[in-house]
Amino acid sequence: MSDVTPLSTPLRHTPLHGRHISLGARMVGFAGYDMPVQYKEGILAEHLWTRAHAGLFDVSHMGQCFLIGRDHETTARALETLIPADILALKRGQQRYSQFLNDEGGVLDDIMVTRSADPDEDGTLMVVVNAGCKEADFAHLRAHLPPHIKCIIAEHRALLALQGPDAAVVLERHCANVSAMAFMTGSSTSFDGIPVHVSRSGYSGEDGFELSVHLDKVVVVNERLLAHREVKPIGLGARDSLRLEAGLCLYGHELDPTVSPVEAGIQWSIQKRRREEGGFPGFERIRCELSHGSSRKRVGILPEGRAPAREGTEITAKDGQKIGTITSGGFGPSLNGPCAMGYVESTHAALGTDVFLIVRGTPMPGKIVPMPFVPHRFHRL
Amino acid sequence: MGETKYTKDHEYIRVDGDIATLGISDYAQSQLGDVVFVELPVLGKRLAKGEEAAVVESVKAASEVYAAVSGEVTAINQALEAQPGTINDDPEGSGWFMKLKLSNVSELSDLMSEADYKTYLASI
Repeated sequence: MSDVTPLSTPLRHTPLHGRHISLGARMVGFAGYDMPVQYKEGILAEHLWTRAHAGLFDVSHMGQCFLIGRDHETTARALETLIPADILALKRGQQRYSQFLNDEGGVLDDIMVTRSADPDEDGTLMVVVNAGCKEADFAHLRAHLPPHIKCIIAEHRALLALQGPDAAVVLERHCANVSAMAFMTGSSTSFDGIPVHVSRSGYSGEDGFELSVHLDKVVVVNERLLAHREVKPIGLGARDSLRLEAGLCLYGHELDPTVSPVEAGIQWSIQKRRREEGGFPGFERIRCELSHGSSRKRVGILPEGRAPAREGTEITAKDGQKIGTITSGGFGPSLNGPCAMGYVESTHAALGTDVFLIVRGTPMPGKIVPMPFVPHRFHRL
Repeated sequence: MGETKYTKDHEYIRVDGDIATLGISDYAQSQLGDVVFVELPVLGKRLAKGEEAAVVESVKAASEVYAAVSGEVTAINQALEAQPGTINDDPEGSGWFMKLKLSNVSELSDLMSEADYKTYLASI
């Protein structure tokens, strides 16, 4: 795992910490939390299970907050000063992926924004952010949102992700009508009478849901979901291999304050009106990159043999000239082989380009390929 | 058949005359998790005790495997190329990495016996 927490700082626990331990999880420090990297069966089995059935992830370390204004337009316009997505156009219950940008157009964090489905909460947006950035993100919101927008950190809420082809049929046993939910929508509903906010989204490339539930109730919800034969607990190790195969960015790897959404290949998350009007930090750079292309691009890379090429690996052209670096790489269990992503100079980023990956000092052949490595199976009506 | 000896880095060697079979211990494979790839040395390579002999890759990371004793590589376990998971299933049997022709038999006395290794494992 990537993050290293200094020994002097005690690691925080999510409400499910004791449960992970009792299930035999191997724990690791991540973003200041003691989190399960795998359970007894291991990363390979957990990954494959998720794509075949349903995996349950504790993602309570992530940050959740509510932005509350007088009405939707007021709150949306305020958030739009910080992110490049079109939030104004969100329908009730609709969810979008976006990023906090700095003045240079670089990514401070990637986020999910959901407009409340409840007409009585017309001015409420729910924002989910990465664990490692949440303190900085909340400070960023508080520093830049106008005083008439309240930012309420949801400290009382935990977060679970249920991902995989069986997720809908399992969740339907507890939450009426979730199978009918469209992808990238969310609403407050009842899980066996327990209030939850469910969104149909996730980080695995599969159909799935994220459930925000009160700290006092997450253990019960977790247990009831694990009781189904289709569901197994999944650690952060498989969470990473799933998202890698799905071609999804991980903050701190593919996204950081020097990288723009255009370079990262996520310009699809900047809707048309925002591309034309701007009004977010770094608009000049993004407008320029959208018109003229960016100097580097995120690409998918398939190493030719079976040896993985990992983060930090140098990428060269056939002639040996360095053209880029791998930002995430490993073994894809569903692919049954290694896969990687990284940034290369745009002049060398064409699909099908042959490259070398310098692994332990030796150039190993590879190829630039389209992502995702494993097809997405998001729920489409 | 000679006894199995262990290093603090969780490699084992099993000596038979002047040929030693080298691999990683059951403890090592359980710590690593699922093995997805092994890089083995070429036949004929001369390894010094403590030198990097192989690299074993799990889903998450790569780990070096060190030569427990000095010797020349006389065989490598080619079956591991197609089935790296054998290292997890049977680390001290069919999951062997390589065979070395020992160049300095006295090095064996620096290694732990199976009993000493079990004691060592209990302490870490």
